[in-house]
Amino acid sequence: MNPIHRRHFRTEKFDFTSFFFSGLTGLATLFILGILAVILLNIIINGWRGLSWHFVSTIPKKDFFDVNTTGVLPMIVGTTIRVFVMTIFVLPVGVITAIYLTEYAPNTSIVTRFIRAAVNNLAGVPSIVFGLFGLGFFINFVGKGLDAIFHYPGVVWGQPALIWAALTLAVMTMPVVIVATEESLKAIPPGLREASLALGATKLETIWKVVLPQALPGILTGGILAVSRAAGEVAPILFTGVAYYMASLPSHLTDQFMDLGYHVFVLSTQSPNIEQTRPILYATVLVLLMLTFALNIVAIIIRARVRKKLRALG
Amino acid sequence: MGIQRGHRARPLEWLAEKFIFLVSLSAILMVFLIFLFVAREGLPIFFGKTNTALVQKVIPPDELDTLSPVQLQEYLELTPQQFATMDKETLKSLMEVKQEALDEIPVNFRNDPDARINTTGWRYLLLPHQWSGYNKPEYIWQPVGEIQKYNIIPLFVGTLKVTLIGLFFAVPLAVGAAIYVSQLARPRVREIVKPTIELLSGIPSVVVGFFALLVMATVLQKIFGYQTRLNAFVAGIALGFAVIPVVFSIAEDALTSVPRSYTQAALALGASRWQTAWQIVLPAALPGVFAATVLGFGRAIGETMIVLMVCSASVMSWSIFDSARSITTTIAAEMAEAVSGGPHYRILFMLGALLFAATFVSNMIGEVVINRFKLKLEGRR
Amino acid sequence: MAELILPKINLPEAKASTNATGASLIEIEHLALFYGASKALNNISFTLGEKIVTAFIGPSGCGKSTLLRCLNRMNDLIDNVRIEGSLKIGGHDIYDANVDVIELRRRVGMVFQKSNPFPKSIYENVAYGLRLHGVKNRLGLDEAVEKSLRQSALWDEVKDRLHSSALGLSGGQQQRLCIARAIAIKPEIVLMDEPASALDPIATTRIEELILELKKDFTIVIVTHNMQQAARISDQTAFFYLGELIEFDTTTKIFTNPAKKQTEDYVTGRFG
Repeated sequence: MNPIHRRHFRTEKFDFTSFFFSGLTGLATLFILGILAVILLNIIINGWRGLSWHFVSTIPKKDFFDVNTTGVLPMIVGTTIRVFVMTIFVLPVGVITAIYLTEYAPNTSIVTRFIRAAVNNLAGVPSIVFGLFGLGFFINFVGKGLDAIFHYPGVVWGQPALIWAALTLAVMTMPVVIVATEESLKAIPPGLREASLALGATKLETIWKVVLPQALPGILTGGILAVSRAAGEVAPILFTGVAYYMASLPSHLTDQFMDLGYHVFVLSTQSPNIEQTRPILYATVLVLLMLTFALNIVAIIIRARVRKKLRALG
Repeated sequence: MGIQRGHRARPLEWLAEKFIFLVSLSAILMVFLIFLFVAREGLPIFFGKTNTALVQKVIPPDELDTLSPVQLQEYLELTPQQFATMDKETLKSLMEVKQEALDEIPVNFRNDPDARINTTGWRYLLLPHQWSGYNKPEYIWQPVGEIQKYNIIPLFVGTLKVTLIGLFFAVPLAVGAAIYVSQLARPRVREIVKPTIELLSGIPSVVVGFFALLVMATVLQKIFGYQTRLNAFVAGIALGFAVIPVVFSIAEDALTSVPRSYTQAALALGASRWQTAWQIVLPAALPGVFAATVLGFGRAIGETMIVLMVCSASVMSWSIFDSARSITTTIAAEMAEAVSGGPHYRILFMLGALLFAATFVSNMIGEVVINRFKLKLEGRR
Repeated sequence: MAELILPKINLPEAKASTNATGASLIEIEHLALFYGASKALNNISFTLGEKIVTAFIGPSGCGKSTLLRCLNRMNDLIDNVRIEGSLKIGGHDIYDANVDVIELRRRVGMVFQKSNPFPKSIYENVAYGLRLHGVKNRLGLDEAVEKSLRQSALWDEVKDRLHSSALGLSGGQQQRLCIARAIAIKPEIVLMDEPASALDPIATTRIEELILELKKDFTIVIVTHNMQQAARISDQTAFFYLGELIEFDTTTKIFTNPAKKQTEDYVTGRFG
């Protein structure tokens, strides 16, 4: 009898293939989540004991492998300052570029295509190449040039420094800011722009008074992502400003600085006794992760507040 | 109606527009500058203008005037800019320095055939050579020592090893998870899982490398029982951790952007969710998944810290259970010790330029493929 | 070449005397509009009356919205648009090279099909245009905002929550807010592109009543696909078809005794 003519439907035969492969992909997902969990838990469990107020507020001696006198204050300060200086440069340039791409650029223009291609390429450049760029351009060209003009024959700018590391990071994270800003600009309905223009506003006024305020949460997201990415990067700062050891905290743009990520690297690969260094190492990693997350959270809170304000009032 | 005020009554507006345009050009400028300034430092190697042979023909300082400026510049291994800034006195003293250095070479080296080789020549960068003390031709990267050996093949092999291991590990996992999250799981699951996996990309690579070094290396050695604890295999798996979020994110987006109508048509015909995903959606999203892999590849060859922390020795070996040095880790580890302007320094920069070119190309490919894929979905092709 | 940026304008009160001056007289002569190579409007010529309501009617795609958007040069925002012929307001061709588009848009306001209040407070929405054109002091703003909201029949409903978000209003209220926003800067002409098409019948009625009130102070041009609406509120009607002006006359004549057969077929519903 033709199955279609049956009056009622039997329960379907068990489809082994589908079940098996569905299960496999589900396992893949679980496995990935598992990796994430294992890494985080391992760090938290092992690092928790090493954390203390003393740890995060002390400047260590030259031998920072000594458990009793070590601390990570200079690293925290170094990481935070370099990221902060980077933001000052990357936000304006990134946002302006995104505004151009969304609001002004003619879609068919070849210049527009080049700009977009350039942004995408910047996003894919390896971080170590940025380090080389920082060394070859900022330090050896701009820095030495500044020295030649202002400080001849001394060397003030033409060597690794906070400012060069921050600028290198700004170039590296620009695509992040641009993409996030563009997305938030595109999400604004064109009707809003039309309404403003129909009232006799210029394009600039429309962007400044109507579009940008709406796009603020997205811009802040871009800033957050850029910050959290830059805080964790070590390769770009290797030749552009990070130091193995500094006795004092960085205070000028020309100072070198210590860094949490770099310190993790040093402790992992150059400690004389890895068993002894373990607790310090884990604690440092935990501080780095917490800092990255804390930076994230602070910015997310700001973003949520701005959103609420924009929605409720004007 | 009083509207005759002039179309261009707003110079401020016009200025602001031009300013915004100029700032946007900075993106193009930066890509250009990166390539320019990285390649610039490596150019002398590329064109064979350096000479690291220990035993070179000494040109006495008195003969300075017999040399043309180009010859003199090459003999002293100066860049054109450096050469231009120097006067005759400085050049003469540089020649004296070089003469002293060449004279100081120990006698036993004078008879060593290796000492006459310009080790930065392309033949020695790429092809194996039988150095003194070895019984067959080898590929050796060993910049430290009297006779610096700069064969870059071990670095390429190292890069390839860890990258391929990373991709073989990461891509099936990431694509599998992407299929699951995008097509098979409930929408609620997607909302939670997608950002969580993307959280994995928020872990700095230094931390992944640290984890690999301290935890994974030991665990994997216990499981697989090989000899070298810190090897390419461990580095590759750790690299995979960093690549997974990239591939997952793009593949998942590609799968989700396949129109719902395809899925619904298949399901209405009685296909299971898996069959729909595998036979209908995945083939439709294949360009996007391919692009995800290409971009994952770009990420993998550019990664530095993970491999740097796990592997340290540069060994020319195809075995994945031996250590490996990649191009990126070599640059990172050795730049600090390379004399600024010296051949080692220049080779490292040249490697950086090659790396930039490679990721540039792989990026373009990924971009083009994704664009075509999007256009196809919109029905414009 | 760089023009001076002129000092802020003091917004003139609408006076009955402007009735006869022709300052808001819209004269269209042989107007044609091209999107690239395709012609969207062909040889349009007519003159609209002042301080009355003129309706543009016609089936979808006949060009009525396109023509409307010519009147405040919103079509400039689209790439590849070209205009031939002349469009004069108050005796000046608005497509002339030395016309200040920004100033034009202040004198010719627009209300859109889908209401688009800014995500700001009700007060700030109405004040936006005022601030743009120079009104800064708080008292002046307060007065102007109240006046606009009263004129738009919205004041009583929102007077206690002027500083709450405009997005919290209903669809009909939002549209009246957009009208208030447009008239706050005292344009001479108000263009309305299907203002009630997204609203329910009750809200639509309120908008129509509003329009009848507003025509005392403004010249109104309204595009509508709703013929009954055109018959209810307009004084003159222009019927368009496929980019051409078929007939233009008083509303009564168009709807009771049209001169052209095409017009009659459309208004009696034989096609649409």
